[in-house]
Amino acid sequence: MTMRARKARDLRPAALGLGALACALAAQEIVIRLGLVNRFIVPLPSEIGPAFVRIIVQEDVLGRFLMTAGEALAAGLLLALVGITSGIVLYRVNLLRRAYETWIAAFASAPIVLMYPLFLVIFGRNAMTIVMMGFAAALPPVILKTIEGLSATRRVHVNVGRAFKLTQRQLFTKILLPSALPTIFVGLRLGLIFALINIVGVEFLINFGGLGQLINDLAERYDLPGTYAAIGFVVLVSIVFFDVTERIERWLRPGS
Amino acid sequence: MAEARVVGQSAAGGRRPRIDPVHGIRIVTVLLILVGWELLARSGMLFRDVVPSLVSIGGAIGVLLADADYYRHLGWTAFEILVALAIGGAAGLVAGLILGGSRLLGRAFEPYLYYLGPTPKIIFFPIMIMWFGVGPASKIALGTISCFFPIALSTAAGMRMMDPVLVRVGRSFRARRRQMVTKIYLPALRQPIMNGVRLGFGIAVIGTLLAETKLSNRGIGFLIINSYTTFDMPRMYALLILLFVLAIGANALVGRLAGGDHPR
Repeated sequence: MTMRARKARDLRPAALGLGALACALAAQEIVIRLGLVNRFIVPLPSEIGPAFVRIIVQEDVLGRFLMTAGEALAAGLLLALVGITSGIVLYRVNLLRRAYETWIAAFASAPIVLMYPLFLVIFGRNAMTIVMMGFAAALPPVILKTIEGLSATRRVHVNVGRAFKLTQRQLFTKILLPSALPTIFVGLRLGLIFALINIVGVEFLINFGGLGQLINDLAERYDLPGTYAAIGFVVLVSIVFFDVTERIERWLRPGS
Repeated sequence: MAEARVVGQSAAGGRRPRIDPVHGIRIVTVLLILVGWELLARSGMLFRDVVPSLVSIGGAIGVLLADADYYRHLGWTAFEILVALAIGGAAGLVAGLILGGSRLLGRAFEPYLYYLGPTPKIIFFPIMIMWFGVGPASKIALGTISCFFPIALSTAAGMRMMDPVLVRVGRSFRARRRQMVTKIYLPALRQPIMNGVRLGFGIAVIGTLLAETKLSNRGIGFLIINSYTTFDMPRMYALLILLFVLAIGANALVGRLAGGDHPR
């Protein structure tokens, strides 16, 4: 097979995916224009495109994006500080690990985001509630992955460190931590994804903050093309965030 | 659990029962939390009822458990979640089988699922309200799209990892497409499907309940937000505690049905 034919074959799935998406949008445009679907329920795709530009210009999307990003960053810093530290402590004190690890795993499956009314009562309707909500919902995977990463350090590496008579601190900083770093990053990435999901979700629910509030505002104004465009923007931000963190993870774990 | 057992230990010639240290730490932790909570509630440091006393929370749990209305709302939420899981699960299963069974379709459409999966689904709620109204249908729809993605992705991944010998055996017996699905694919995919259902169930619970807190007049989510708006804090804490117990229990049950490791 020639290089060109192989390249064309490689592009087939992407072309099919994009083609199907374009066909779906065209079909939506046609059925709405024919009156088969009410345009006050589903807006025309041709109206959603310009709405993208409109919300960027009129609704201060950049400012709202920075606000959401700032909340996610604050939650991420808290996650790194509390989550990784807790994971290290639980790894080092085996008794605590045996006592608490199953509890933390159980919390990972609990619908923590539903506690947002409680956080509203404690912190008020402000950015603190949103940050703390993102932090609380994303903490379990960071702790669990930190423990997992440290526990997976190869015995032979630890033994080499001991043979060189490294102190406990040196053993931790020179061997355990570098070996666990890729897995810790996986936990941090999972935590950041959970945090972002919860932050945008709580912004939408309590009508406060950045991108989540924008969607709520536009929906309440019954600006359908704007609502769809804002949702599209949030989806785009999520995809970019997910992709960037995935690339960093692949860079840290070349074999994965 | 072996750790949680009170073990007999011979000490100084006699057999004296000794509590497993792990169990001991857990008991001490729970006691510390409860005592700390009660002290905080009585200290007056926070606004009244922000941290209600344990007695009032316990009382609220008792009132809730004896209230027929609570079970009616719980029934609505359970109904919405189960219908969402049935629709989203069936759609996810079909999508996963199709995408996992075809290399071209998988490479064409799976990236969309992969990237849409981790987006916050609650932001689609305004669209669901437009399409399905303010009743239970919009909550079911949100639960459906919440659980669709993990089930579809898990099934598709399971299809690709399936032992090709099983497929060849089915083909050599000239099994029809339906027979291939029911006799080969579904039994071989039990584990990935159940893992997807477990993940999807948890997300469907969150999606449905969040939608109920946003706009509803029934369901546990409605009760929680109603307690918040009327500032009935003991009732809100009681609802959250019961919800957490139910959610963690249901997740463990689905995990056990999946036959996987310890529930996570």
